Amino acid sequence: MSLTLADVRRIAHLARIEITHDQAEATAAQLNDIFAMIERSGRVDTAGVEPMTHPLDGVQRLRQDVVEPPPEREELLRNAPEQQDGLFLVPRVIE
Amino acid sequence: MTELAHGGLAQLSRLLEERQVSALELAELFLARIDRHRSLNAFLDVRPELTLRQARAADARRAKGERGALLGVPIAHKDIFVTRGWASTAGSRMLEGYMSPFDATVVEQLAAAGMVCLGKLNCDEFAMGSSNENSAFGNVLNPWDAAAVPGGSSGGSAAAVAARLAPVATATDTGGSIREPAAFSGVTGVKPTYGRPSRWGMIAFASSLDTAGLLAASAEDCALVFNSMLRFDPRDSTSVQRPDEDFTRSLDMGLRGVRVGVPAQFFTQGLQPDVEAAVRAALEQLRQLGASLVDVELPNSPLGIPVYYVVAPAEASSNLSRFDGVRYGHRARAFDDLNDMIKKSRAEGFGPEPKRRILVGTYVLSHGYYDAYYLKASKVRRLIAEDFQRAFQRCDLIAGPVTSSVAFNFGEKAADPVSMYLADLFTVPGSLAGVPGLSLPCGFGDRGRPVGLQLIANHFDEARLLGVAHRYQVATDWHRRIPAGF
Repeated sequence: MSLTLADVRRIAHLARIEITHDQAEATAAQLNDIFAMIERSGRVDTAGVEPMTHPLDGVQRLRQDVVEPPPEREELLRNAPEQQDGLFLVPRVIE
Repeated sequence: MTELAHGGLAQLSRLLEERQVSALELAELFLARIDRHRSLNAFLDVRPELTLRQARAADARRAKGERGALLGVPIAHKDIFVTRGWASTAGSRMLEGYMSPFDATVVEQLAAAGMVCLGKLNCDEFAMGSSNENSAFGNVLNPWDAAAVPGGSSGGSAAAVAARLAPVATATDTGGSIREPAAFSGVTGVKPTYGRPSRWGMIAFASSLDTAGLLAASAEDCALVFNSMLRFDPRDSTSVQRPDEDFTRSLDMGLRGVRVGVPAQFFTQGLQPDVEAAVRAALEQLRQLGASLVDVELPNSPLGIPVYYVVAPAEASSNLSRFDGVRYGHRARAFDDLNDMIKKSRAEGFGPEPKRRILVGTYVLSHGYYDAYYLKASKVRRLIAEDFQRAFQRCDLIAGPVTSSVAFNFGEKAADPVSMYLADLFTVPGSLAGVPGLSLPCGFGDRGRPVGLQLIANHFDEARLLGVAHRYQVATDWHRRIPAGF
């Protein structure tokens, strides 16, 4: 397998990271090195092996469905790049 | 006063208990050391007035009759843990200046026990790295040798403890980020069982691997702090529900009857002779102390790195999608529309390594590739974990090197991500299996740089792990060595 420049641009778009042409070239080379290393594990026979997604094979614990006091609104908004009247501001998305 | 700083946490705890020193005096002592050694770049945020306020509060609690092994003992937190009062950046421009509205559970638990926060410690960006060169705020220096990397990602934690700028530091380990810097910087570093410390308030990298732990001067020091830190947290959905334990209960155990497994796979693959010599000598010392050495096999462990570099980036790409420049974090100045704002903010806010891992993760999770990469890696992960269970039928602990070489030089691997990834060859398998592991100083190798011995135990067997490490440290003094000038 070898990732092309078009592949890298598509992945960068999916990841919502802007990438220049020069960066895409350098990134393609590095990603291909990484995937060449990753391919080694693809050759292992895993027939009948259950995938492991949690090291203790734990089940997701659910908390009681009770109302808890939410964090302070002002404190949460303090880190926002732009805010107004208690709301997060983003560029206009509906004309 | 220097001797006081060199002594380690257990000694400070005793002196506080005997009222021979106050929390305020200790806070002032370590703040002065932090200030004197700023050139190490171990700390990202220090706010003396907050530290001194916490120290006075600890002294007031003791004056009212409260007791506790950690009451008034200073600690510093890796900048992956969010803290009120100190900025929480994860070593990233993305979070520069971020002020958390709450404390991470680990921070909260240790503050409740009376520990005094000295500040926040530098680390690789979002805990991604093995050399600390990925910090957006400049790399930390190794106190033993300024040309050597301190290790990563918890490089600030390791360097701060090695230089005794803090008696103990929190850290996180996803693939080796506690054990590798502990080995490179010549300190003791312990990663507990996955799920035992809370992940709540730990800025997420790979959620099925991320584990909080400690770096300190000794295993005994870590055991004392774990008593307040390894506790069930209802706010973390993967926190393990078990009764609280006394992690110091096995410190006085003997080594007679303890079977130490030596995996063949950890003594191949480019293990450097200087590291092998120090590790073999440590194994021989464990044997002389009464342990028996048995050969074990971890046949799938060489696949740890390829599996890890599918699983961890996949989880990272998902976790780091929250950084969109809307609610917190960096926002680009100029953009065309919402999508463009998000893309530019992420391009500017993330450094090269998080970007690489997000791209790898996005690809392996994308339509048509999920089965070939993520599902396949998750299956091989189980084979790696099953190796450990088979080995633990023949032994109580597994021992071997932490890294294949002593600390490498700055710049040596920075241009080649895959060679950097291989620095975690011996630590990643235990992370994938979720078992506890530690690194303790066991000598010096090439160019006088420290060597670490890795000990790995089965799930929830931290007390014995710390007990064996403690017996080794009672019999040796590698962990007491302090780098020149500190």
